Amino acid sequence: MTNCPTLIVTVGLPARGKTYISKKLTRYLNWIGVPTREFNVGQYRRECMKIYKSFEFFRPDNEEGLKIRRQCASAALNDVRQYLTEQGGQVAVFDATNTTRERRETIIQFAEQNGFKVFFVESVCEDPDVIQENIVQVKLGSPDYTNCNTEEAVEDFMKRIKCYENSYETLDEVLDRDLSYIKIMDVGQRYLVNRVLDHIQSRIVYYLMNIHITPRSIYLCRHGESELNVKGRIGGDSGLTPRGKEFGKKLSQFIKSQGISDLKVWTSQMKRTIQTAEALSVPYEQWKVLNEIDAGVCEEMMYEEIQDNYPLEFALRDQDKYRYRYPKGESYEDLVQRLEPVIMELERQENVLVICHQAVMRCLLAYFLDKTAEELPYLKCPLHTVLKLTPVAYGCKVESICLNVDAVNTHRERPETVSDFSKKNEKSLQ
Amino acid sequence: MSARLDQARSELAHCSVSDAFCNSPTMIVMVGLPARGKTYISKKLTRYLNWIGVPTKMFNVGQYRREAVKIYKNFEFFKTDNEEAMRIRKACASAALKDVSAYFSKEQGQVAVFDATNTTRERRAVINSFAKEKGYKVFFVESICDDPEIIAENIKQVKFGSPDYVDRDIDDAMEDFVQRIECYKANYKSIDDEKDRKLSYIKIFDVGSRYLVNRVQDHIQSRIVYYLMNIHVTPRSIYLSRHGESELNLLGRIGGDSGLSPRGQKYANALATFIKGQKISDLKVWTSHMKRTIQTAEALGVPYEQWKALNEIDAGVCEELTYEEIQENLPEEFALRDQDKYRYRYPKGESYEDLVHRLEPVIMELERQENVLVVCHQAVMRCLLAYFLDKPADELPYLRCPLHTVLKLTPIAYGCKVEPFFLNIEAVNTHRERPGQSNWLMIYYSTFGQILKGYSGVNLIHGLTHRETVLDSLSRDKVCRPLANVVLASSETTARQQYIAVNGSKYKTAIKKPQIMLRTAPQISNIRNRVPAHISRHQTFDIVAVFVGKYKRNSPPEKPSLLWGSPVSRLPSAVESCSIDHH
Repeated sequence: MTNCPTLIVTVGLPARGKTYISKKLTRYLNWIGVPTREFNVGQYRRECMKIYKSFEFFRPDNEEGLKIRRQCASAALNDVRQYLTEQGGQVAVFDATNTTRERRETIIQFAEQNGFKVFFVESVCEDPDVIQENIVQVKLGSPDYTNCNTEEAVEDFMKRIKCYENSYETLDEVLDRDLSYIKIMDVGQRYLVNRVLDHIQSRIVYYLMNIHITPRSIYLCRHGESELNVKGRIGGDSGLTPRGKEFGKKLSQFIKSQGISDLKVWTSQMKRTIQTAEALSVPYEQWKVLNEIDAGVCEEMMYEEIQDNYPLEFALRDQDKYRYRYPKGESYEDLVQRLEPVIMELERQENVLVICHQAVMRCLLAYFLDKTAEELPYLKCPLHTVLKLTPVAYGCKVESICLNVDAVNTHRERPETVSDFSKKNEKSLQ
Repeated sequence: MSARLDQARSELAHCSVSDAFCNSPTMIVMVGLPARGKTYISKKLTRYLNWIGVPTKMFNVGQYRREAVKIYKNFEFFKTDNEEAMRIRKACASAALKDVSAYFSKEQGQVAVFDATNTTRERRAVINSFAKEKGYKVFFVESICDDPEIIAENIKQVKFGSPDYVDRDIDDAMEDFVQRIECYKANYKSIDDEKDRKLSYIKIFDVGSRYLVNRVQDHIQSRIVYYLMNIHVTPRSIYLSRHGESELNLLGRIGGDSGLSPRGQKYANALATFIKGQKISDLKVWTSHMKRTIQTAEALGVPYEQWKALNEIDAGVCEELTYEEIQENLPEEFALRDQDKYRYRYPKGESYEDLVHRLEPVIMELERQENVLVVCHQAVMRCLLAYFLDKPADELPYLRCPLHTVLKLTPIAYGCKVEPFFLNIEAVNTHRERPGQSNWLMIYYSTFGQILKGYSGVNLIHGLTHRETVLDSLSRDKVCRPLANVVLASSETTARQQYIAVNGSKYKTAIKKPQIMLRTAPQISNIRNRVPAHISRHQTFDIVAVFVGKYKRNSPPEKPSLLWGSPVSRLPSAVESCSIDHH
């Protein structure tokens, strides 16, 4: 997407959600195929200092502390340079407070020297409840506070914030008018966006404007067992078996028991998901992009048949299941691209139940659980099991709820030995 | 069979696009001094929202004012102490709001764009309470700009052509308009970040250099913000072209992934020459993932980007069939498609509606970019063209996008200028006209003196008198074009008097000699390729039915049998289309 690498620089006082945003953004960009890594300067500091004593380290008159912190920032920038120039990275997220104009100027010069574009993401928040919640959720569990009790930790952290407050220079509409940035105010109530330069920055802005931190849960499940499942055939558009219908009923009971307010239900446009949703007796929305991966010429075949009739294809798929595209069909990589609007809408929404398919569910799960492209096609998404995802701290809590209705197993494990074809063969066959 | 029809009908009835759009209608309210681009933004936004399937309408209060006050004298009308004028202006705003209400409640509108200056808090409060009372969501779009060059350019581009200044000379008009702006400036209260913190709005500064976004409420507002943040006013051109003629094009087959024919290759080279001649700075070239567009782009000798989203519409089970084969093997599908070509989805394939959905990221990126050449496919090009030229869904599938023609689109004022460039390389015609509305053709084979059962397209001939020839009546009947567009085909060169029987009556035709010779059944079923080259292109006709009858001199004529086609009593618009020229 971009020619020159992009350096995203977070700005903001402690407990303003910078690391939350960094991790989420990194996860999203990697999922859509933009190699991204985050560099948290606090981590560097922890490695340097080994033991954190108290907020005094962050006092602006602590010369020793300042020296160490500057060194850590430089070390992090060095790693950024390596990642973006030598390791094939496209975007680096530089996660630190960066609250002074001077520090930001240093970063801008560093970027200019190396030919990186810079995009600032500033989080401004004065709501004490939000800040308190942040501290409770993520700071108390931090390595800095493992040996403190809650009140001590909160008190120390508030003093830490104070250390930054006096020298905090927010991004200024006039002084910083030539910089590219987004200012997020009050957790997304308001945004100020300045000088978006290119496509990737535009996507980042769009993403940041769609995420929220309202507590909610996302339920992912597959359709009930289908006729073709039972025959061991992939793809197609068959209806549910009796066991599949049973799952629909159990799903309905489960959903009612969860007592979810305002649940949105999404399905694909294939019979088996629609029939499953019908059993819930609530309004649901059909998304074409939630349709199962198109297996092209292999639609409705059994794996054994594919192996018999298309042995080369079969082998190639095992070589690189993520990028392999069925002839006249799709790859997991294509699937991720077409699921991106679903992810964006899932971010906007609150409680959602998505009834989809095996490959689709793997892609969605990989997004929420930050799985790599190599792991994605082998994630376990069995039939008749609901995964409840609840965003927590910097990640996602997963609860797997099996609804106790028998079904066939459609999972293929990653094969142990794979023959050595080069990627060139795959391209020439497409 | 009928189950498929039922399913297809229900597919047509329901909107198949994921519809996370709001339930309550949304009012987008523009805010800003004159010449800040409010109408430009309003029109563009309306066009975009309609294209992605959200029924949207624009309400320009200036229009209402022009209708109320027939003649515009000068800027004095806009002075804040002009009581009479203030009354009129308030009345116009109310009238517009009333129409907004009617649009939402009676016309199933989803979004209304209220285009006016709305520069005072008082006016905005009126709109807000109006919306609250009716249950509409409100989203403000304010455009703030103090760059005198941009404002002067705006005034030149759009104001001088306005009905208000039609009889003025340019300097006069400029001066009057500047005074007009001054009238507003004194009372202009921008949306306040503190006082208006509960409102949902976006403030656009300096034509998109900076944005302030507050309280985005839902999906549609989020999409609007994203769109507004991606458009720009830098002058540029977009070139749309199809791939060069492909092997499957030559065979009359749809879809597939074939390479270029020799003529297609010639086109690719001609395209390269054309592009060089245009001397475009920094041109981006986009293709699909299919061979024919890639091969076309290769000839340009510049880097190009492949987009999967630009692939041709997926014809599902009909891939690589000819239209004749589809009509023969899947007659119901064929008929359904003609009934609603925009929403009809090929079994295991896509519809134009699906295509629009998958092309949305392409449009967004086209908005962000400057000079771009898009090498794509017929259905895809129709969708893109419909976006730029604001064509509605029922016209979209019938837009003309012939092979070997480049369309150059240049945004100007509130719309888009289109220049077609035909690069002079012959190609087959792949366009199918909307059935029943084209010039019609009857192709038939008749024995001498034999009366055929009459078959016609929809709404064609009625009220013929006995002595008239069919073709006379065709000229008289305004529904169809006159005689030049009727092509007769026969396998008998000696057939002199051709009879066409229509609605049970028999009429002579004026044309004596058949223009197309059909000797064998395969020739008949491949009718499209039999139309001579010199009478093809740009006009269309329908083949209604083809009959074969044997003729033996001195023996009673045989009853002709239907070789290909459908009588009107079964399906109203089961027709094939070819193209034919005036002559």
